Amino acid sequence: MKYIKFFLVGILFGIVMSKAEIISWYRIYEMFKFQSFHMYGIIGSAVLIGMISMLLFRKKVVKTFEGQEIHVTPKKKGLYRNLLGGILFGLGWALAGACPGPMFVLIGKGVVSILVVIFGATLGAFLYGTYKDKLPH
Amino acid sequence: MDFISQPWAWYVAGPIIAFIMFLLYYFGERFGVSSNLETFCSIGGAGRFVDYFKIDWKQNSWNLIFVAGAIAGGFIASQWLSPSDVVTLNPQTVQDLADIGIQNAGSTYLPDEIFSIDTMLTLKGFFILLIAGIMVGFGARWAGGCTSGHAIVGLSNLELPSLISVIGFFIGGLVMTWLILPLLF
Repeated sequence: MKYIKFFLVGILFGIVMSKAEIISWYRIYEMFKFQSFHMYGIIGSAVLIGMISMLLFRKKVVKTFEGQEIHVTPKKKGLYRNLLGGILFGLGWALAGACPGPMFVLIGKGVVSILVVIFGATLGAFLYGTYKDKLPH
Repeated sequence: MDFISQPWAWYVAGPIIAFIMFLLYYFGERFGVSSNLETFCSIGGAGRFVDYFKIDWKQNSWNLIFVAGAIAGGFIASQWLSPSDVVTLNPQTVQDLADIGIQNAGSTYLPDEIFSIDTMLTLKGFFILLIAGIMVGFGARWAGGCTSGHAIVGLSNLELPSLISVIGFFIGGLVMTWLILPLLF
């Protein structure tokens, strides 16, 4: 039962990704061509409102539904990790026109070929885990 | 119901995404989709070969359930909430895509030149999909997050690693869009 809430939040995520056309390859292309404000507006407004959430968590105004304090785990530091990993991710994002969230939403839309992309992404995660000690971080 | 069946504007979608992030933390978890890729590896037995994947993946079950919900949400939206599959694009975008070999831009959510079954079944088409996926998965785990974990959560939390990652996302995205995509089709 405790998992149903995550399923429902996932449904909301899938619907908003679909209805705002974030799962469309074209919306990612036009973003990188600077030909539309759409994606910038979405990410920008999500981040602005997200900052307020983070402030409420940090000031302990909002706790979890079980009353525990919310700590947002800091991201791992490292210029190479973040920059090189980010660049590689960006290359794939612009080619697939989908980041990991939208990939799954596209399964629900019935796009068979996205399964190849998801298989590739899983393989990519496996390759990272296998070779991570040889990479700069 | 018109406001649901129309495409949703950025100022509707952005706040909803922020709300989703809020809910996941309120429920005691976090917002980050790409970590599921590592969970898949662990479930698939990758821990037998690489210690990195030796984790108790069951503690990430909630995130797999979230992904299952995302799939269901995509199904619900495309079946019942979207009377049209047309994506209204800037005419310049449509022209630019025609120039690089992608026709009928915006007539559906995805270009046939990349995502149709026929394309997937060609060697070149298959490898474009596979390599795109590998770059997303490898890059996201190297950087320690994707659009959700870095661009939304990390930037909201004013984290320098996330700012660097998002700059990286854009460098990679711009190189692909402006320099590599025109050579592919």
